[in-house]
Order: sequence, then structure tokens, then C-alpha cells
Amino acid sequence: MIKLIDVNKSYGDLHVLKNVNIEVKEGEKLVIIGPSGSGKSTTIRCMNFLEKPTSGEVWINGERLTDKNKTRLVRDNIGMVFQQFNLYPHMTILKNLTMAPVLHRLMTKEEAQEVAYHYLDLVGLRAKADAYPNMLSGGQQQRVAIARALCMKSKILLFDEPTSALDPEMVQEVLDVMIKLSKENITMVTVTHEMGFAREVADRIIFMDDGRILEEGTPDEFFNHTKNERTKAFLSKIL
Amino acid sequence: MTDVFALWRWQYLWNDRMVFIKGLWTTIIIAAGGLMLALLLGFTFGLMATSRNKIAKSFARVYLEIFRNIPLTLQVLFIYYSFIYSGVKISPTIVGIMALGLCIGALISEIVRGGIEAIPKGQYEATAAQGLTTLQTMRIVVLPQMIKIIMPPLATQLAVLVLNTCVLQMIAGNDLMYVTSNWVANGTLSYGPAYLVCGLLFFAVCYPITSMARRQERLHLGTRR
Repeated sequence: MIKLIDVNKSYGDLHVLKNVNIEVKEGEKLVIIGPSGSGKSTTIRCMNFLEKPTSGEVWINGERLTDKNKTRLVRDNIGMVFQQFNLYPHMTILKNLTMAPVLHRLMTKEEAQEVAYHYLDLVGLRAKADAYPNMLSGGQQQRVAIARALCMKSKILLFDEPTSALDPEMVQEVLDVMIKLSKENITMVTVTHEMGFAREVADRIIFMDDGRILEEGTPDEFFNHTKNERTKAFLSKIL
Repeated sequence: MTDVFALWRWQYLWNDRMVFIKGLWTTIIIAAGGLMLALLLGFTFGLMATSRNKIAKSFARVYLEIFRNIPLTLQVLFIYYSFIYSGVKISPTIVGIMALGLCIGALISEIVRGGIEAIPKGQYEATAAQGLTTLQTMRIVVLPQMIKIIMPPLATQLAVLVLNTCVLQMIAGNDLMYVTSNWVANGTLSYGPAYLVCGLLFFAVCYPITSMARRQERLHLGTRR
């Protein structure tokens, strides 16, 4: 579904991604972890060209992502959930969910609202349909953001540190929604510091440090049987 | 001193009231025309100032710096005499619309730039992730949020625009200030009632605008959505 081939990213002299190669299969739940500044967020943001790689290729669903086709390719295939939620503050929750699908003529307004209510039910926020984002807590806003991404009917969802901006007591409500989602046949790529989530949900974990992929494997391999010294050092600090 | 506001002077002014009404009308026409031009220029150059295109950006910068660092009176005289000396007879009203439009447009471009830059980067990322084009992002997400932010300073500029029609008296603009001075000088020197009425008329036009701006601002700060 997604393929990164020899992706490099530099900001001036700062080389933040170094020859990153990742292939995400259909339906796979991939979790990327690593210390701050390791390039994991940049990696996930390259997958929908929020960051354009300095060199290397990104392939989505058998098509190479370029500046020309990114709007269409991203619209048709990939949804994203951000650390800061990024809801549209001047629209009601319902409008946040229906705006893009209706604009892109994926569905009529009525269909879009039906779909929106369906996903609001899924994240437990149907009652908030007519509220504005600033009336919601952080955890609620992030659940809305997940519903918004789902409304586009994308087969791939990217989660860029979805719980990092939340108060501790709100983290679990968002993770619960994500765990629920992981049972569905969607492709999920998640950058997170939540090791419990990674262990429970991931089919595969990628560990990054200093712009490189240091290790990848199943949660069991990664958490219990790693041979890599850097991984061991990282895990000893956070577990 | 009491003679300045003597009753006969007021009667005299009342008889000539159409002079003032016409002057006010001209001022409103100039302000309205100037506002149209200023909004057009302000949004165009304000958007250019936020674009990634370096040429567009510096072009907007040059425009802004020229018109906000030279006195409006001088701009009016410059435009007026440029036309006169190149043999084009031009109505002072048009000169007023051009000069005020250009000048206030520069100030509005700065307001627009500020408004656009106040929209968090995350909004653009959200629309990019949803496959919106740049134009759709502007129309549906950026502009509606920005308008709310810039409404109060924009209304203030409108009042500034109305008040600054005064500079047209330099070129006999038939604006309210000019007809007032003219009426005083060519008549009975009743400047007391004349200036008082002139001031009241300006106040009557501008106060609703500025108080609306203040209400808007409070509203905006109150809800923050």
C-alpha cells in the first residue's frame, strides 16, 4: 500500500532522514517508535507529502507520489490524524466531518451526514455533532479528528503522535478508539510513545534513531528478544 | 466672542445646508470608492505578501513601504498634478478615490497579511491531508477564519478613510472639509457653526463604524472560535 524507497530528507545541513525504506502491506498495523528527533514524524509525514523527501521515492497503491498527483492520491487513499488535532475551529463538528467528502463529491450531503453520524457513534460523540471544536476537551477533539479521517473512507490512516498533546487522563479514550479501529481492515501507520498500544496493536514495530531505521520486527521480537544495544537502552528508559 | 456662534450665522448656515449635504455626499462617494479599491489592493497585496514567491513578496513589500511612509497629502498632490501636467483633466473625486485607495490599501494589505499568518500551520496540514487544493483551502478554511480576525482593524481603517478625505481640500475636492472651508471663506466667516457642523457630520458617519469595530472585537475575544 505504501512504499518508501531510499527516502532522504534534509533541512539545510540537517540530515533528518537517511535512506529510509519501508513497505506497509494492506491491512497492516505498523507502529514507528523512537526517541525525540529520531525522524519518525518526518517519516510518516513523507507518506502523504506533508514533507517532500529531498530524494527517494514514495509509492501509494502502486502509483508514485509526485507534486502533481499528491492532492488526488492523498485524497483518495490516505487520512491523517495529527498531534494537535487540527480541527477546523469555525465549523461545527458535523461540518468538520462532512466538508471534505462533500467537496470532493465522494458523497451527497445527506450521505456524508449519515456517514458522519456513524463514525461519531464509533468514537462516542454523536451528542457533540452541533458543537464547535473549542467546546470539546482535547481527547474529544482528537476522537473527532479520527472520525473526520474515517469519513473520507481512506484505506490508509496515518497517526502522528495522536496522544502526545493530551492530558494523561485523556490518552486512554483516544487509544481505545484506535484499538477498536485496529480490528478493522484498514492500514494503520502510527507514530507514538505509547508502548502499551504498540505491544497490543502492532503487527510490526519499526524503531528509529538519528534518521535511520535501526530495527524492525513483531512486538514480541522487539520488546522481548532484541539484540540491538540502542534498542535495549531505549526500552530500559521507557519501560 | 459670543458672536462666533450668533444665531444669524446658524440661520445662514441652515439656508445653505445643501452645500454641506453635497459635501458629505462627495466624501461618502470618495470613501466608498476608496474602500473598494483599498480592499482590492489590500487583499491582492496581502495575499502576495504571504506567498512563497519571492518576487510577489517583495513587490507587495515595496508597495506597502511606499504608501505607508509618505504623507497622504503629498500622494494626493502627486497624483493630481501628474495627471494635470500630462494633459489629462481628471476629477478630484477620482484622484481622491485613487489616492485613498492606494494608501489605505497598503495598510489593509498589512492587516490581511497578519490575518493570514494568524491561521495556524496545522490548518493547512489538515486540508492538505484531506486533499484540498490551495484555492479550496483559502476559500473554505483560511479566509472565513481570517475575516473574523481582521474585521475590527478593517472597520477602523474604513473610519480612517472617511476622515482622510479631508486632504482633498488641497485640490478643491468638493469633499465635506473643502466645502466647509470654502463656505466660511467666501461668505460671512461663520466658521463657528460651520466647523462644528462639519465635525458633527464626520462623527455621525465614523462613530457607528468604530463602535461596530469595537463590538466585533469584543465578540471575537469572547468566543474565540
